[in-house]
Amino acid sequence: MNLFDIIGPVMIGPSSSHTAGAARLGKLARNIFGEEFNKADITLYNSFSKTGKGHGTDKAIVAGILGMEPDDENIKNAFELVKKSGIEVNFNYQDSNREVHPNTAMIKLYEKEKSMSITGCSLGGGRVMIQDIDGFKTEFTGEFNTIISIQRDKPGIVAYVASYLAQKNINIAQMKLSRKSKGDTALMIIETDEIPPESLKTDLENNEGIYKIVLSII
Amino acid sequence: MSLFTMKQIIEAAEEKGVKISTVAMEMESKESGLSIDEIKKRMTNNYDIMKNAVSHGINQVIPSVSGLTGGEGFRLWQGKDKGLSGDTILKASSRAMAVSNVNASMGRVVAAPTAGSCGIIPGVLITIGERLGKSEDEIVDALITTAVVGKVIAQNATVAGSEGGCQAECGAASAMAAAAAVELSGGTPSQAGHAAAIALKGVMGLICDPVAGLVEVPCIKRNSFGAAQAILAADMAMSGIESVIPVDEVIKAMGDVGHAMPEELKETAMGGIAASETAKKLEKKLLKNDM
Repeated sequence: MNLFDIIGPVMIGPSSSHTAGAARLGKLARNIFGEEFNKADITLYNSFSKTGKGHGTDKAIVAGILGMEPDDENIKNAFELVKKSGIEVNFNYQDSNREVHPNTAMIKLYEKEKSMSITGCSLGGGRVMIQDIDGFKTEFTGEFNTIISIQRDKPGIVAYVASYLAQKNINIAQMKLSRKSKGDTALMIIETDEIPPESLKTDLENNEGIYKIVLSII
Repeated sequence: MSLFTMKQIIEAAEEKGVKISTVAMEMESKESGLSIDEIKKRMTNNYDIMKNAVSHGINQVIPSVSGLTGGEGFRLWQGKDKGLSGDTILKASSRAMAVSNVNASMGRVVAAPTAGSCGIIPGVLITIGERLGKSEDEIVDALITTAVVGKVIAQNATVAGSEGGCQAECGAASAMAAAAAVELSGGTPSQAGHAAAIALKGVMGLICDPVAGLVEVPCIKRNSFGAAQAILAADMAMSGIESVIPVDEVIKAMGDVGHAMPEELKETAMGGIAASETAKKLEKKLLKNDM
């Protein structure tokens, strides 16, 4: 914790968890999807669902998926801006779902046949956690540079990525691997201290066992 | 050099004959790798945002997103010359509510330490700085003092309403502002510690009971009380009044009280004034309305 966690963050009100955190979740979902999209389905759970309107949670998430940061004064105009952009947005509300954190949102982004579903929660003070990407359990905050790899669950892939990072002199801060079932698709989250090079995506995707690389740079 | 208690920080400042903010900046610089200049620059930026929010909120009625509140800071500012509380308290209190109004309208604020309590520190610092003719540099130093007091509270108790009630948010902000007001008045680090303890004791036990779960009622008015109380606590400490219980023990007690509070009274909108008949009616109306 530093002094700027106490006097800060700079944010659009009224709530660090329900507004600033919500905008961050939207922004992370946009980064993770990694390309243009024409439709977003947003599900708000529990407290996000019940008190979200008065806190501008819905607007903040839309602002985030449009690329705004939590201190952007245009957050309150997010609905008008998204309408202009031509992106279709739908909201669903789940008032009481005890299986998820009180402040949870599921954001599903679509482009033609492609879609990706990203679920995260807001922990307070503007900090968030991404918990699920397309059914894969994850745990990352977006506070580090993050590499997300969707890959085959087979020997050697983790070592391949790790040695690539070692060559580029990039230090791994945290790492998490999850899979749906043995030999199926796996998801690897790597948080790094240094900024990975832009060529990382194409370099790693050259490996036939790696289906997709997403980079979220802070 | 990580210091975790107010006692350690106060002793370090008094040994060197410097302000709490000086110790705080050295500590932060070592921990984060940022230079003292960078820390000051970032804090000055936060101070600028606080000033903008104040002037935005005292010069006009800004309705909240829900429409439940708006214009409290503006109205008290209009009435400040004929008020009973006196110029300094009224200015600080209206400025505190003005920032809270901006927050409730989806305007830009600095969480201090939270969005719910974001008015208290700007209200007090701007008003005391103006009253004593302090430079921006000195006010930014005082802001750094608020931050380190808040850090100690966060580490040894909590600054989240959902964990400790309003005493953890507006109470912490009031204690942080009281210490900084002493520093601006030329008091000693130990007097700053007493002021923080006195302010925090004044709101010990205060619950978090937001109507309809929104950061508006009673949050906006509680920001004004937090500011007024911080100034009174600073005055007490500057007059030589001491907190019988040391500040670190008061902080710990606040955390313990917070943990003992039932969930209904910690930001869930299920207790306190949030559970009143009128609050429930408002909640129904607000949730039905497409705001």
